[in-house]
Amino acid sequence: MREEMNIVGRGARDGAKLFRDWFSELSKTAELGNPAAYVFVMGSMAEILRVFDLPMVFPEINSLQTAVRHVSSDYLNEAEDYGYSPDICGYVKADVAMQLRGGEHPMGRIPKPSIAVLTNACNTYLKWGEIWERMYGIPMFAIDVPATRQAGNPSQPGSNQFEREKKYIIAQLEELIELCEKITGITFDIDKLREVMENVNKMTVSFKRMLELNRSKPSLFNALTDGTIYLGVANTFRGTIEGVKYFHNLVEELEYMSENGIGTLTDEKYRLCFIGVPCYPIFRRFNEMFTEWGGTFVTSTYLWFATGGTNLGFQYDLSNPLDSLAEGILISVRDAMASMFNPEIPLVKMIDDFTLDGVIYHPIKSCRTVSTGLADNRRALMEMKDIQTLFIESDMMDTRVVSEAQMKNRIDAFFEGLASRKTREAVGEI
Amino acid sequence: MAYAAGVDVGSTLTKAVIINEDSQIVSRSLIDTGANVVKAAQKAFLLALEDENLREEEVSYVIGTGYGRYKVTFGNAQVTEISCHGRGAAHMFPGTKTVLDMGGQDTKAISIGDNGDIVDFCMNDKCAAGTGRFLGAAALALDIPIDDLGPTALKSEKPVKISTTCTVFAETEVLSWLGKGKKIQDILMGVHSSIASRSVSLLRRVGIKEEVTFSGGVAKNLGMIEVLNRALGMKMNVSDDSPYMGALGAALFSLDYIFESRIPMREKIV
Repeated sequence: MREEMNIVGRGARDGAKLFRDWFSELSKTAELGNPAAYVFVMGSMAEILRVFDLPMVFPEINSLQTAVRHVSSDYLNEAEDYGYSPDICGYVKADVAMQLRGGEHPMGRIPKPSIAVLTNACNTYLKWGEIWERMYGIPMFAIDVPATRQAGNPSQPGSNQFEREKKYIIAQLEELIELCEKITGITFDIDKLREVMENVNKMTVSFKRMLELNRSKPSLFNALTDGTIYLGVANTFRGTIEGVKYFHNLVEELEYMSENGIGTLTDEKYRLCFIGVPCYPIFRRFNEMFTEWGGTFVTSTYLWFATGGTNLGFQYDLSNPLDSLAEGILISVRDAMASMFNPEIPLVKMIDDFTLDGVIYHPIKSCRTVSTGLADNRRALMEMKDIQTLFIESDMMDTRVVSEAQMKNRIDAFFEGLASRKTREAVGEI
Repeated sequence: MAYAAGVDVGSTLTKAVIINEDSQIVSRSLIDTGANVVKAAQKAFLLALEDENLREEEVSYVIGTGYGRYKVTFGNAQVTEISCHGRGAAHMFPGTKTVLDMGGQDTKAISIGDNGDIVDFCMNDKCAAGTGRFLGAAALALDIPIDDLGPTALKSEKPVKISTTCTVFAETEVLSWLGKGKKIQDILMGVHSSIASRSVSLLRRVGIKEEVTFSGGVAKNLGMIEVLNRALGMKMNVSDDSPYMGALGAALFSLDYIFESRIPMREKIV
């Protein structure tokens, strides 16, 4: 019993503490006026930036935190008063308002950027980076990841095309290294890069194992609520000793739960997959609307794309770090894109592997990148697999387009359908 | 004889239906919902009881549905109007594969599977365009009783095109057409066509399969039936009981509970 009390729930507790520590470090950086790098969840380049001891700021995480803490409307209104359209990404607008407030954030003070590093995985990243360029005159470094968004990318490791693309990434990484040396005055140390990459290797192995463990019945964690903590740590502590320890412990916790039949719900009735970005303004209530019916999210595409492809468990070859880093970026960032644009392909297999009862599509008004095409995805999935799906639209930031009553109505109807289906299955009608 | 009831508390109208053990409607009632949702639900149920001289205790199970389903305080359970309209429509017209439910503030497209289960559904989101409210706004602007909207629209020879998709701005557009000297019937036909176009778009999202059944309060509007039939290229199933399909579905779910003998205590109204 004592052992159970120490282990179960540790991931949530430690994750929350790490998060507080992380924001506290950012506040210190802001107070001291030290340099910081602004990065994104789909390809943060943490491996390079950590070599230069550059604290990383994740504007997407800052913004979603304003929604979770129920103050996103204040930030959005301020950005709209400044001139940004209601149609622009809510994450961008919350960040703009935060910059206008001098870094004031509910979790602390966010330092100004010295450099912005991004990939082309999200269309908005580029425009967002341009805002900081104009505000602060800082360099924006965009890693162009060559990729086709066609399902089953033809360029695979070993092919000539892949090798050419890898060289292209290496050249960009070398440029980024030069820029970081200039900003920080620190000389690049390849052995330090190896250390960071080794930590990433350990973290990704654990992260992949964590995702796989949720095949257990009952499921061990909620991919929406617990999962958001996990992906927060996976991004902010990527390549660190703390990150390695956190995911090592998390796997231990989940294995313990699995061995002892401990689930995230006391009465798990429906196992679901979540597609899209969560509804942060009513984060807890949104999840409750599912758990009240005995539904829990055992997996989500958010845990794939919002970790920049960490879900793959890609292992760097430490004997050839830059080459291997480029390969990892190509594979994982492309996978993040594929998770957004073609989730139905891995899902077909996962429906059986994770014994899913239903799939929830949650397109959001703020993000056309992740939402456009979800209707097609859903139709494609339903043609490939006989599975119940639900399509509900709201937003990850903007309370003006989050209608709890409308959502509940649709969610209730979805579960009524699932219940009817289960009854028919039980009597052999399906 | 055991009876089962369904009370559908919509944004505009509240409907109650009582059925017997053979799933036949024995009584029904329809009233304005008004501001007091709890009272509207009670009143509709009591009126349905009176209609058949039934005592409250003779009704073994009551299910609330509609946006005010949790305000049916005397009911035993709640089921969404999506499930209830699907169930009611498939019961009334067993060949139903697609349901269009047009209510006061939302419009639903529902796809029904071979076994009568709901396969998919789609509703208007965060906007009342394409719902009964749009017609209400036009009736207000033109000072015409709601019941006269459809018959008047059917007299149209040169319908205007209503371009706005916003219920609030529709009133302005209607007035601007009046200012241009357009006939009321032509403006009204434009309004009906605009709503039909949005409704057919919802139906396409779930897939239009014959037979299509029309339910909800707007299913009483002859002009809307005509315009929708034309837009769909088929004749929809419509009945005098179409506005009651949600309440009927709820009553049928109630009957399921009675047959399964899962009858908890129910709070009495009187």
